[in-house]
Amino acid sequence: MPKDTILLAHGSGGRMTHELVRDIFLQHLGNPLLDTQDDAAVWTLPRACPERIALTTDSYVVSPIFFPGGDIGKLAVCGTVNDLAMVGATPLYLTAGFILEEGLPLEVLYRVVASMAEAGREAEVEIAAGDTKVVERGGVDRMFITTAGVGEVPEGVCISGANVKPGDVAILSGPVGQHGIAVMSQRDGLQFSFPLQSDCAPLQGLVAEMLKTGRPIHGLRDPTRGGLATTLNEIAGQSRVGIEIEEERVPVSEEVRAACELLGLDPLYVANEGKLVAFVPPEVEVAVLEAMRRHRYGKEATVIGRATSAHPGRVVIKTTFGAHRVLDMLSGAQLPRIC
Amino acid sequence: MRYIDEFRRPESVERLLALIRNRSRTPVRLMEFCGGHTHAVFRFGLRQLLPETVSLLAGPGCPVCVTSPTDLDRAIAMSRIKGVTLATFGDMLRVPGSDGTLQEAKAEGADVRIVYSTLDALGIARANADREVVFLGVGFETTAPSVAAAILTAQQEGLKNFSILSLHKLTPPAMRAILDAGEVRLSGILGPGHVTTIIGADAWRFLARDYGISCAVAGFEPIDILLAVRALVENIEKQSPEVVNAYMRSVRPGGNPQAQSYVDRVFHVAATEWRGLGSVPMSGLFLRDAFAGFDATLRFPVHIEPGKEPPGCLCGEVLRGRVEPTDCPLFCDLCSPEHPIGPCMVSSEGACAAHMLYGEA
Repeated sequence: MPKDTILLAHGSGGRMTHELVRDIFLQHLGNPLLDTQDDAAVWTLPRACPERIALTTDSYVVSPIFFPGGDIGKLAVCGTVNDLAMVGATPLYLTAGFILEEGLPLEVLYRVVASMAEAGREAEVEIAAGDTKVVERGGVDRMFITTAGVGEVPEGVCISGANVKPGDVAILSGPVGQHGIAVMSQRDGLQFSFPLQSDCAPLQGLVAEMLKTGRPIHGLRDPTRGGLATTLNEIAGQSRVGIEIEEERVPVSEEVRAACELLGLDPLYVANEGKLVAFVPPEVEVAVLEAMRRHRYGKEATVIGRATSAHPGRVVIKTTFGAHRVLDMLSGAQLPRIC
Repeated sequence: MRYIDEFRRPESVERLLALIRNRSRTPVRLMEFCGGHTHAVFRFGLRQLLPETVSLLAGPGCPVCVTSPTDLDRAIAMSRIKGVTLATFGDMLRVPGSDGTLQEAKAEGADVRIVYSTLDALGIARANADREVVFLGVGFETTAPSVAAAILTAQQEGLKNFSILSLHKLTPPAMRAILDAGEVRLSGILGPGHVTTIIGADAWRFLARDYGISCAVAGFEPIDILLAVRALVENIEKQSPEVVNAYMRSVRPGGNPQAQSYVDRVFHVAATEWRGLGSVPMSGLFLRDAFAGFDATLRFPVHIEPGKEPPGCLCGEVLRGRVEPTDCPLFCDLCSPEHPIGPCMVSSEGACAAHMLYGEA
């Protein structure tokens, strides 16, 4: 493992940049496309003429860059893969741009890139192109990563936040709030620790299982920043439907509940990085739920509510005591820099 | 989760609601003094579950909300002094003063930092000997003891670059001011649970004695709040006003004497300005002369014109219980958590924010 630190010269484009690419990036992420080291990756699409391609981009600035259950590299791969999976696409390739702070220990970069490689293997994607820049100390906080991802959308799949219909059932893949709390627990100034890991995980396998049922899936989204509440509001707005969920049906682990009580947070607004919420017609609920529960990231999948034609654009939650209230989108920042 | 689940059990909530429904005959109007109560009431949808005879009204118990625009302007001006680092709680950054917010001052280059406790501010002072760290202290009796402890620590350590701008306020005088103004007719008060943990339930005896109004000190879980409502309904029906401690696991009649002695050592009491209530006698905590070295108002004197309320904003009326947030013409359309005009929309304890966040469906 390299012991040196990142210098401005590592971003100069000269010999040191090439050494960095060879010793860290190619060593971990190497594949036929990346290995060519051309200015752009060129490949043949896996089928003669796929109907549709999905394309997404994202940036990662999480602080701290290592947190229980993950790091900025794993997060970058999973986050991008999940964005593709949420439109039903099979992720194919990612790109990754690194902005590194001068003085960053090479060992840190090494660990992050190794972790990206591992996440890439699990998500069955390759990193086809990359870029590195180094900025002066203080120019970024250790490292930022920007990604792009392309995926192939299988024929007949039509998933969008705007496709949800009244009557659709809302299925959540597992307990919420783990990522946000895991990152929060590592921040300076908070002297508490919970035996809690981020749920950061690639969800393309889970989505593939769901699609394999051959049943229609109308909407899919991963409730990242802003949490489940914000995601449900986005879907209600895009599809012009109302959404009603039941508080007691939303799974929240004891650890997350305890941390939220202490910090004055609502778990419905805390970020997730390995969960999805699906909207499916009621007649396919059982089949989709069973498929989800067979997958390691969907074991705790459960129905939390449904879409309705009443109050379009609004999300309403039925509290444990039977009262109804509006569940609004997150306002302002609940937690800084969690992804 | 222990100590939480017991106080949220649906069967117990239902049983308490039935007891309240059966006992309540006279229509009553109860003020929950504390913003924490307002949020719990909305979050759990308690207003909808109570019988029509029982109505709940939010009070002035949100320290961020009752900070006067003049005091905010002073804090903003201090944050702009070269060499000063102003540390405060997150909500304070977004509260509008007469002209701008601390957040805007920060964006323009002022060193404003969010801390979770006074001790974090002390830590910043220790780690940055070249900076003058001013802690903007807002809060009621609950927060004041930890600020007092921080000052005593700073004194012991001989820390010279730490001072506080004390905007701490006392709650019983504010309650008196609301009742004396006679603008709202109240049948009972839900006493603030955390404040009363410090000052003791006996501190509210004047409500029954001087005003003939019952007070039930309440915790913040649904069962706590309903227990207090039930006690108030009972006393009102019996026409025997008294102070009831419905938060026995935290509140004692005499409060927390150690916390009280810390506050008494460091602060003296004088009149101070409340948003919505104006100047309230004997309601502000200011540093005693022995601690003048830690008083930011003496160390960084700034000239401030009397502050202005945002035009059209009814926060003052909301804080006095005169109107509901939804009665304000700015509510929702012009004033929202994303673009707050008044402080009650900013703070996590503000009544307007509670209405927006947990609006009844």
